[in-house]
Amino acid sequence: MEKDKKNPNRRDFLVNTLRGGCLLGAGGLVGVLGRGSSGQKMLWQIDPYKCIACGNCATYCVLEESAVKCMHAFALCGYCELCTGFFEPQPQSLDSGAENQLCPTGAIKRRFVEDPYFEYTIDEKLCIGCGKCVKGCNAFGNGSLFLQVRHDRCLNCNECAIAVACPSGAFTRVPADKPYLLKGTDKTT
Amino acid sequence: MRQPWSRIIIFSLLLWPGRFAWAAERFPPPDFDSGYQLPLTVTPAPRAQIYEYLDVLVLLVALALAAYLILKKRSRRAIFALMVFSLIYFGFWRKGCICPIGAVQNVTLAIFDSHYAIPVTVLLFFLLPLVFTLFFGRVFCAAVCPLGAIQDAVLVRPVRLPEWVDHVVGLLAYVYLGAAVLFAATGSAFIICQYDPFVSFFRLTGGLNILILGGSLLLIGLFIGRPYCRFLCPYGVILRWFSRISQQRVTITPNDCINCRLCEESCPFGAIQTPTTAEYFTPPPDKERLSFIILLILLPVFMLLGGWSISRVNEPLSLMHKTVRLAERMYLEETGKVNDTTNESDAFRTTGEPVDELYRQARQIRRQFSWGGWLLGGFIGLVIGGKSLGLAVRRKRKEYEADRARCLACGRCYSYCPIERRKFAIICEKTI
Repeated sequence: MEKDKKNPNRRDFLVNTLRGGCLLGAGGLVGVLGRGSSGQKMLWQIDPYKCIACGNCATYCVLEESAVKCMHAFALCGYCELCTGFFEPQPQSLDSGAENQLCPTGAIKRRFVEDPYFEYTIDEKLCIGCGKCVKGCNAFGNGSLFLQVRHDRCLNCNECAIAVACPSGAFTRVPADKPYLLKGTDKTT
Repeated sequence: MRQPWSRIIIFSLLLWPGRFAWAAERFPPPDFDSGYQLPLTVTPAPRAQIYEYLDVLVLLVALALAAYLILKKRSRRAIFALMVFSLIYFGFWRKGCICPIGAVQNVTLAIFDSHYAIPVTVLLFFLLPLVFTLFFGRVFCAAVCPLGAIQDAVLVRPVRLPEWVDHVVGLLAYVYLGAAVLFAATGSAFIICQYDPFVSFFRLTGGLNILILGGSLLLIGLFIGRPYCRFLCPYGVILRWFSRISQQRVTITPNDCINCRLCEESCPFGAIQTPTTAEYFTPPPDKERLSFIILLILLPVFMLLGGWSISRVNEPLSLMHKTVRLAERMYLEETGKVNDTTNESDAFRTTGEPVDELYRQARQIRRQFSWGGWLLGGFIGLVIGGKSLGLAVRRKRKEYEADRARCLACGRCYSYCPIERRKFAIICEKTI
């Protein structure tokens, strides 16, 4: 061994040089990419202004129950009695009977606030992220309902399966310190 | 009925024409008299950044431990234990993301797309196993990679494959790596992640196709050791290159080989090279030199042929890119070849961007695929040519040794070596 170290043969020399080159290359890669790199991890999020609420979020997520859920920007909401995000297009009556609701899982809770206003809140445990309410709210209402990736559920796959299937390119990578792209000016917790 | 129906219907009709008007304040937010407070918006925080660094630390420690267990301790049992830990931690606990195999694409994308800021942790996940391989061989594959671990764990009845199968099917991995780099560089797709066969096992949920792919690989893996690692893994290709020039590597015997042949059948991955016999050198060296020269001349021919043929299929390849798919669809719709619209084309029209700009972008991406196809095909040609050159050269081997590139450092062969056993016994005597 000792002798080998002192008189390296041609093969050893070549291999050592190559290894040094590879290490230099790795260092160079860190140097080049390190400058543009982000200290934070990147997360997937939906740009609500690009989202067309197609419903892919409910089906394409790798999770059985999608990581995408509906959120409500209360500051934007009109608190309508006839909420087009809550009710079927032609509801039989304006109450929370299941036959009148747009939401397939009954995840939107409707509560009387004061004449003539009603509050709509999302029960996240029930929401499947299908975006039916978002579509309804965008079409005829203020667009205060919108879809977001919930980061307590998202596995943060390297390539988001919903992003691949998203028809409007609404999925983007966002830095971890700004993990949500919210509508409205609501206070967050 | 405080908001009369007629008013709402008129409102709806007024607003209906086509496009969604985003967040239009059709109904001004009310001023509440009852002192109603707007509910707070709940935004659950993502996994804390510190845990990402913890993952890198676990990777680093696992790699260092693997190197120690493989090269110094030489204990298959300990390597297996570490492998199970990695399977649980990186696989089932971290759900397989981020892994160094997929990180190949992040690094590629970061090189080609200056808008993509690669997280430092992902860069480290890519580089750390490479650096360890440069010094200690493929210790990552042996005990740290969760994809390798799940296959290694199910290997119950290894069957030896003819060597040519290893060589030929192993070329798939190079094609896979090349394609993954091409698609990542053009920003089309991360195919390694999309076709990660075992990730649905780690998550215990996933699409049927991937479940079938992973299930069949595991079924094959009952008999053929680690099929994904040997024949498909794109990161394994880079590790093979680096392992060839590693400073230290797995030796079957801790001391001198006595050519007892006991280890001959021990490797389930066909990575043990037997000593060369006299018959092996029967063809006269002149003929061998000639075939080497012919192959050397053929190498650029292979590369050109590969480059030409792959760049010819740039149109179907470029359909992997969303923009190209959308442009194709828009063209069909605009020229009246189809009558219906898709979600994609509807969404594009909503943006109001000119369709010519979309076509221009699509043409640009197709050009990227055209010369990217030359590079990919050239690379495949180089690999095929290089492989045949490597096979044309005969090297003398006096003893049983682990193939530098193919050895996955699993440590199965150690206990087959009588010298190893004697050494172990001596140690035992001393301690007693």
